[in-house]
Formats: sequence, C-alpha cells, structure tokens
Amino acid sequence: MKPAAVCYQRPDSVAEALELLAQDAEAKLMAGGQSLITLMNLRLARPSSVIDIGRLAELNRVFDDTDDLVLGALVTHRTVETDPLIAARAPLLADAARYIGHVAIRNRGTIGGSVAHADPAAEIPLATVVLGATFHVESVSGRRTVAAEEMFVSLYTNALAADEMVTWISIPAIKPGQGWGFVEFAHQHGDYGLAGAGCLLTVDPDGRIAAVRAGVLSMADRPLLFVADDAVGKMPSAQLWRTLADRWADACEPAVEDTDYARRLCRAALADALADAHRRVNAPGGGGHAD
Amino acid sequence: MRTDPPATLSIAVTVNGKQIVRTVAARLTLADFLRDELGLTGTHLGCEHGVCGACTVFVEGRSARACLMLAAQTDGLRVDTVEGLDQFEEADRLRQAFAERGGLQCGFCTPGFLVAAVELLRDPDAEKPLTADSVREALSGNICRCTGYQGIVAAVLDAATPAGSADSAES
Repeated sequence: MKPAAVCYQRPDSVAEALELLAQDAEAKLMAGGQSLITLMNLRLARPSSVIDIGRLAELNRVFDDTDDLVLGALVTHRTVETDPLIAARAPLLADAARYIGHVAIRNRGTIGGSVAHADPAAEIPLATVVLGATFHVESVSGRRTVAAEEMFVSLYTNALAADEMVTWISIPAIKPGQGWGFVEFAHQHGDYGLAGAGCLLTVDPDGRIAAVRAGVLSMADRPLLFVADDAVGKMPSAQLWRTLADRWADACEPAVEDTDYARRLCRAALADALADAHRRVNAPGGGGHAD
Repeated sequence: MRTDPPATLSIAVTVNGKQIVRTVAARLTLADFLRDELGLTGTHLGCEHGVCGACTVFVEGRSARACLMLAAQTDGLRVDTVEGLDQFEEADRLRQAFAERGGLQCGFCTPGFLVAAVELLRDPDAEKPLTADSVREALSGNICRCTGYQGIVAAVLDAATPAGSADSAES
C-alpha cells in the first residue's frame, strides 16, 4: 500500500526539529525511515507530519571519548557494522548491526531510529542494554539522560516523552579482561530474529569471573537483561554457561505459539554467546581495545 | 502562530545524471515517483514494505529501498536506477553473467538484484574474494521466486572474477 496523506518538513538543526516536534503531537521524527515508512505504507502509522531529521549532519558523527564511544543518533547501521573505530571500541554493537535487515536497509537505518522504534526483536536495543549504554535525550524544555535499561518499556514503546528525541548514545568501550558474544537465529539472514543473545563477560587477571551481563531479543515485549551476580568469583566453564542459559531461557516469556521452541533457541543463543565471550577474553588481543 | 507544514513540495533530484524538478505530494514514495512521474519502470514494486528488494536503487551511491523512501527525502540528492547502471563497468559483466547462468526467469526481481550486486562488487567494505556464502548474505534482501538463487549466485561470482582469470570461485 501507499502512505496516507501526510505533511513533510526538513529542519536544518536539532533545535528546529525539536520546535517542530513540540508543536504537533501527531508528528513523527523520521531518521532513516526504514521502520516508519514501512508502518506508513501498511497504514499502521498515520502521522500528521514527518519531520525528516535524516540529514542533520551534526548527529551523524562518532566520538572516541576516554571511557566511552559516543555515537550520534543518525549514525547508520552500515557505519556501525563497518567502521573500524566502532569495531575496536564496541565490537558487540558492530557485530549486532550485521544482523539488521539487509545492506540496503542498513545503509539508511540509524541507531537512534532503532532506539526510538523500540522493536523487541531489534538488535540495537539489545546491544545497548547489554553494554549499559546511556541515551542523551533532548526536547524544547531541556536535556536528560536515560539508561538503556530504563529506555525500553514495552512493544514499540520507549521511555521518551512525545516531544523528546534521542540525540547521542554513550557506550562504555570494551576494556581489557572483557569478551563479548552475539548470536542470533533467524529463518534467513536479515529476517526477524526468532531468538538472539548478546553477552559481555568480564574476568579478573586470575581468570575468575568479575561480571556477566547477557540480554535476549524476541523473548518479551522488550529486550531482557540478565546479570549473574552468583557467577562472580567462579571459574568460567561450559557447565556454568549451560546453567546460566537454562536459567535465563526459563525466565523468558516469548509471545509466540511454540514457547518451548523459542526457549530452546534462546538457550542455545545464550550458551553460544557466553562461550564466544569467554573465547574472546582468552584470545590474544581478544579483550578488545589494545592500549 | 505557526503555519501548517506543506503536503506538497518542490524537489530537485538528479536521476541517472539528469536534473529533475517536480512538485510532488509529501506522501509520494520514491518508487512511485520514479515509475509514475518519470516513467522509469525498471524499478519494480513487489511488497511495498521493504521485504522483497525489487525496488532497490542507489541514493547517493548507496543501495536503498525506493519503497521505503519518500520522494521528498531525495530533494537535492543523486538517485541512480537500474536504467542508469551503465555508468558502472560491473553492470555489463553482471548482465552477461545473469544471462549465461540462468540468473533470471520472469525477470521481476532482476533490477533489484543488479543494483544490489553492483554495490556488492564495488563495495570496499565487502570481504574479497567473494564466496557463495558471502554473496548469499549480501543478496539476502532480494527475493526471487523463480530461480532458487543458484544461477544468481553463480552469475555474481562470475562477474566478480575478472575475465581471463580462473573460473568462478563457486565449486
């Protein structure tokens, strides 16, 4: 189908975009449009106006801060996938981006747009939750930050007010002693993930676990985060990964007909992601950014 | 007091090297603009929600779904369709290889495959040499209901192999 009648505006700055957004509660920001125009074509979304922020170059930039990688909301998935700096500093995010749709989608889709869309099957929300990212959010009334864990509320629903927009995303850069894993299962590459897991493992110099964070997609109305405090101090092992994967998959409530199948896929994705994370800690230089 | 935002607007787009100025409805997709306003019907419309890949075109040199863009978004930009692929030397090799390998039957999906394949062959970020697996992953966003993809993958691998060197990488 075709979009319903709509108006179109293309502001020249973030400030102007926020003004336009504040003036019309039925208007929608459009970054790459890869989710919004799909919904408009299907007439599931009928905004009064699209505010095209896709060309705001100020938000299409990447900064390498001391502890964080700071990404503008308009950085495309394709840039996340291919940029060497992002791969070195946030390898989990870069790898997750490979699974987003197809090249033509990733060329236009943006990380800020994915966060705004808040699809529970989406890779970027999952990666930001696992990595403990912070979103910088602006409106005409001011700025605030929202932790990734607080951002995703429910199906296609995030913690933003109607007049707010994501502008920047701070992602803690990977540190020595950390390893990561990302595993997704879909009918074919680029399709919606039936199950997927991201994991960030931190080990002490003596090889014991200092922290385990993992998240899963398509298993609830939002990306789910799991933290294994009881694994801290233990030695990594395949048995431990299986135990954690079992526990976390059992805690999922996938909204599909065959929940047993979904949980089995989830369990496999978690166990594989945990093992990959451990392998990458051990691999030479696998702790990520070499100082 | 604010003024109502426009539901129609004037856009200037460079399509296949030609400067086009038109007044369009804001709701008009790029695909419908190309087909209905400019008569460039090589851009095919299958699903109209970004799944099938038949409407793939280049926007500013990067592949994009013409059904997932508004014509208004291309104001001031460069758009190249399947009709404009001759500017890329890879296009001729691809067409030849598609014909030789049986990379099409009905041809509906072919324009999208050609645009995606031209991008793949020219992509500095794609790992070379291409393999059957990497071609399948790169073209996973284009659906063909006739060929079973074997001929398409073989054709892209053929076109990726410079003439005169060993046979295609696919065993």
